[in-house]
Amino acid sequence: MGRRIVVVEDEPNIIEAISFILGRAGWSVTTHANGETAVAAIRRAVPAAVLLDVMLPGRSGFDILRDLRADPALAAVPVLMLTARGQKKDRELAEGLGVTRFMTKPFSNAELLATLNEIAGDSAGPGAG
Amino acid sequence: MQKHTRNRRFSLSPPAPPPAASGGPQARLTGSRIRERRLARGTRQADLAKTVGISPAYLNLIEHNRRRIGGKLVVDLARALGVEPAQLTEGAEDALVTALREAGARAGPPGQTSPVSEREPPEDFATRFPGWAGLVAGQARRIGELERLVETLTDRLAHDPHLAAALHEVLSAVTAIRSAAAILSDPDIDAEWRARFLRSVREESRRLSESAEGLVTWLDTGADFAETALSPVDQLGVFAARSGYRFDPLERPGAGHREIETLVSADPALIEAGAGELAHALLARYLADARAMPAEAFAASRAAAGDDPARLAAAFGVGVDAVLRRIAALGGDGAGLVTCDGAGVLTLRKPVEGFALPRFGAGCPLWPLYQALSRPAQPVSCLVEMPGRVPRRFRARAVAQVMPGTGFATPPALEATMLIEPVEDTPEPAIPMGSACRVCPRDACPARREPSILSAEAG
Repeated sequence: MGRRIVVVEDEPNIIEAISFILGRAGWSVTTHANGETAVAAIRRAVPAAVLLDVMLPGRSGFDILRDLRADPALAAVPVLMLTARGQKKDRELAEGLGVTRFMTKPFSNAELLATLNEIAGDSAGPGAG
Repeated sequence: MQKHTRNRRFSLSPPAPPPAASGGPQARLTGSRIRERRLARGTRQADLAKTVGISPAYLNLIEHNRRRIGGKLVVDLARALGVEPAQLTEGAEDALVTALREAGARAGPPGQTSPVSEREPPEDFATRFPGWAGLVAGQARRIGELERLVETLTDRLAHDPHLAAALHEVLSAVTAIRSAAAILSDPDIDAEWRARFLRSVREESRRLSESAEGLVTWLDTGADFAETALSPVDQLGVFAARSGYRFDPLERPGAGHREIETLVSADPALIEAGAGELAHALLARYLADARAMPAEAFAASRAAAGDDPARLAAAFGVGVDAVLRRIAALGGDGAGLVTCDGAGVLTLRKPVEGFALPRFGAGCPLWPLYQALSRPAQPVSCLVEMPGRVPRRFRARAVAQVMPGTGFATPPALEATMLIEPVEDTPEPAIPMGSACRVCPRDACPARREPSILSAEAG
């Protein structure tokens, strides 16, 4: 079983595409579409990486990132933020909250995979199944 | 010289004239006041010059603010013109000097006085070169106006929630399509996954089309009138929209100009935008309509008249245009209204859902509004179908009237009024129309005046 990743995204067709790409690349994918319960879902999964959308129903990706970084068990989990908002202030906010990498939509599948492999590394750690 | 040319090229419109020519009574220069007063009395320049003992050429320089005067000469000129000297001088130079001082302050670092205005007091500049000083003051005022406009537009683009949401939709759809398309380019993908991603591409393409269409329509029509007004007519629209195009204080018995004044003065933005007179005219007409057709009596008569505006007009002794306005005013969200001048430019828009009204310029050339313009006083009515994923139907009734004030020696000034009401199921054939060519997908329309930025119906 591959490394676990939690994809927090509310667009069904994007979830389907990302799940397919990551699954084919050997990741074990858990998806979650609700901002309010995302932190609990990530806590349960203890993933090797988190793919986090910014605009979510319930809570924003920024709020979720803040909670992850405040949780000792999840503070070191690499987080790749995906957003349609590529504004400088959003990027700065994410960096200030401790995001590992920030990627704006639309992105290419190859770019997404390469970035995830880079931030999650190849070593076995949390989320290695 | 080069610098001057460059500045001219960046000018968006001619700069406002200097205060000498454009300001209120207190802002006009002494020379301009002398000239106005002389012309009003019908006195020749040479005669006035002779009376006060100066040459006509010198008086000409004074009148064009090329020479600053004071003391005995002002007193002599005032006496010859039959006014108090203070009426010629009071506040004139002050206004210019104040404007120059403000221009100097704007040129320097924020919060500091410009070094130029410290070394060279604006009073000296205004005295020696009143014409150029007026030009500098006028340019500074124009720069200030343009800066405010740029700030407003920037703010709107940066913070508009509708724009942010629409762009998010577009980018999300593009992301899904791009990912799915890349997956589909793999020849080894199995049939079930291929079918799923083809469905995904189809769904997201449709969503992208709708989002882009909505975005373009919104940008072009300014669906939210409460946002930023960019012209006096626009500001008038904001004013009318705030009250739902219905002015209850004017509906009360005994309402009059006092109520109009209260409504206008309660909205300082109207005056700032130069829309005060437009608002007065709009409300005066509203008041006249309300007096001629009180709400209760109108509602009763409307039912009795079978909703025929022409019969209502005859019953109340008013024009059909007044009836159309009254139906719109009392009709809430279920009745839209649009008026245009003889050039077809929209002058008032009361939107109704599903019938997009362009924010700037003219609407669809097929609208009955424009047919009415070509045959004044003859009402036009037709069933209209507006484009969209779910086409909407409306009854549009229009009439054009000659505006008051038209004389025998002038071409008639026309105004057309169109009432727009949604129509549910009806077997009657409807005429396909649109909002404006730029956002209309009807490619084969014979009235098209410019290409659409939307594609034809997406599949």
